[in-house]
Amino acid sequence: MRLVILDDYDLASEWAAKYIRNRIVQFKPTADRYFTLGLPTGSTPLGCYRKLIEYHKNGDLSFKYVKTFNMDEYVGLPRDHPESYHSYMWNNFFKHIDIEPQNTHILDGNASDLQAECAAFEQQITAAGGIELFVGGIGPDGHIAFNEPGSSLVSRTRVKTLAKDTIVANARFFGNDLSKVPTMTLTVGVGTVMDAREVMILITGAHKAFALYKAIEEGVNHMWTVSAFQQHPRTIFVCDEDATLELRVKTVKYFKARMH
Amino acid sequence: MPSNKSVSDAPITQFVSCRILKDHRLQWEDLWVREGKILNPEKLFFDEEGFADHKVDCGNKIIAPGFIDVQINGGYGIDFSQASGDIRRGVAQVAKKILEHGVTSFCPTLVTSPPDIYHKVQSVHLSLPFISIHLEGPFISEQKRGAHPPKFLRTFKAGGVADLMETYGHLDNVALVTLAPELANSAAAIRELSGRGIVVSLGHSMADLSQAEEAVQNGAIFITHLFNAMLPFHHRDPGIVGLLTSDRIPPGRMVYYGMIADGIHTHPAALRIAHRAHPAGLVLVTDAVTAMGLPPGQHSLGQQQIDIQGLHAYVAGTTTLSGSIATMDMCVRHFREVSGCTVEAALEAASLHPAQLLGVSNRKGTLEFGTDADFIVLDDTLTVRETYIAGQQVWRK
Repeated sequence: MRLVILDDYDLASEWAAKYIRNRIVQFKPTADRYFTLGLPTGSTPLGCYRKLIEYHKNGDLSFKYVKTFNMDEYVGLPRDHPESYHSYMWNNFFKHIDIEPQNTHILDGNASDLQAECAAFEQQITAAGGIELFVGGIGPDGHIAFNEPGSSLVSRTRVKTLAKDTIVANARFFGNDLSKVPTMTLTVGVGTVMDAREVMILITGAHKAFALYKAIEEGVNHMWTVSAFQQHPRTIFVCDEDATLELRVKTVKYFKARMH
Repeated sequence: MPSNKSVSDAPITQFVSCRILKDHRLQWEDLWVREGKILNPEKLFFDEEGFADHKVDCGNKIIAPGFIDVQINGGYGIDFSQASGDIRRGVAQVAKKILEHGVTSFCPTLVTSPPDIYHKVQSVHLSLPFISIHLEGPFISEQKRGAHPPKFLRTFKAGGVADLMETYGHLDNVALVTLAPELANSAAAIRELSGRGIVVSLGHSMADLSQAEEAVQNGAIFITHLFNAMLPFHHRDPGIVGLLTSDRIPPGRMVYYGMIADGIHTHPAALRIAHRAHPAGLVLVTDAVTAMGLPPGQHSLGQQQIDIQGLHAYVAGTTTLSGSIATMDMCVRHFREVSGCTVEAALEAASLHPAQLLGVSNRKGTLEFGTDADFIVLDDTLTVRETYIAGQQVWRK
């Protein structure tokens, strides 16, 4: 793996956004060869999205030939609910850039047949030629997407019930009322993300430090599903100083040295 | 990009680089319009996979809902109460001119007039979009008649409803009626009017607070030009003004009040007192007269002669004010300046609040998705630069 450590959240967001921008620009996508991008939600990637929007508005980055696949969506939440991931993506990203609506893919948590919806999503990824770069985050319980502790490390897109940790972490988006947080989601599987040609995980903040430690300094374990990426050929972990607080000094020094 | 919209092929316009008044705040958001209505772009994106056909750059200006004037007696030489000549054309002429002031809907107001005038005006079918009438009188107080001609005042002799129909003919096109609740038998009339969805407004009245409260309990929800043509506020009997803080308003109901914020009809301190006491109910009105928009001199209003001097309009030969010649955008700017309120509050007092008063806020007075695309573009001095009705630009500075 590559572990990229920046001083603070803003610098980490900027580094990640620049990386995405450079990958898309160097790929030179066209109508016959789209750049496929996997995308996360949550508070961690907000800074990264803001920078990407800035690069777009500067004229440095176009999303005309980019296809996006989001990681997850709540089940049963109305699509226009302010906390749905459709709303998140529209307000924080899509409405500010030039991406075409038919090139965006987000799981439909209100589909009448949820399993068919998940299977169709996998097919859409395959039809698009697979994911070039999957951007993700990590939960405080070490999950990638909504692959909660105990998820199979070779899982595919499916329905998942949320763990208590995740529900508590999400309560702040629902007025701190636990009863209002959805309990089920549709999520890409660990295996789905592992299929991507490159994976970039954003991890910022001291509250994620323990999860990062478990993900990269301990073994591959289905209780900390991000650890699966130890077995991926091209993974980058982008973090700020606070997220490294639980790592060994040796690990941090090694990777920091590689930054210069 | 090929058109692949599934709901409609009508062109979509996206107004960018603007701050729109939404959820009571000015927000940096684009405004999307299709087929004369405000469009939800998120729904367009996900449901129809659609996009804008034209983009209009607003140069970082403000977009607000079009102003709604519920009390305007005429302007530019047209006097709605004269009912001479082509009434429909007169209303249309004023409608066109006041677009320059940002007014996209209004209630042509008839002051106290003889029954034949009412019957004549009412017989005309005003087919213009959303324009319905304000009948100010004749069931008003003689002592508080202001500029209204005394010989055409009336009381509820027959018991309310019969008097209404005899005087007005019919009430099909009527949005508001101003009356004095202390007149005997007014309760039945108030109930009849509000039962028909017509806004009953208290004004030109000598009512005390308990009479006013009873009227509200019978259905009245508006006060015509607060402070003017009513008893002054007194600390032991607040009169109609006391409705602003009355505790006898039926639950779930709100009393709105019109204010002429022209700097002449209301002292700024009085405007501030009213605003601070009950900000949600403040509705800016112009009460503009025939002479609005015309040069100084003598003009006619109702059955009387009016004298214009600068920004003042008097009953000829007296010092009684006879309506104002301020325009709605001037009122909005003046209100903001003297009350120190936010830009949003000033704009809402001329758009959202009148729409709520008239019960049409589900389609007018806001920029909510699905409402009529009647809006204005203003600069930061709150000067109107462009006016749109049903998404079409109908005036530009």
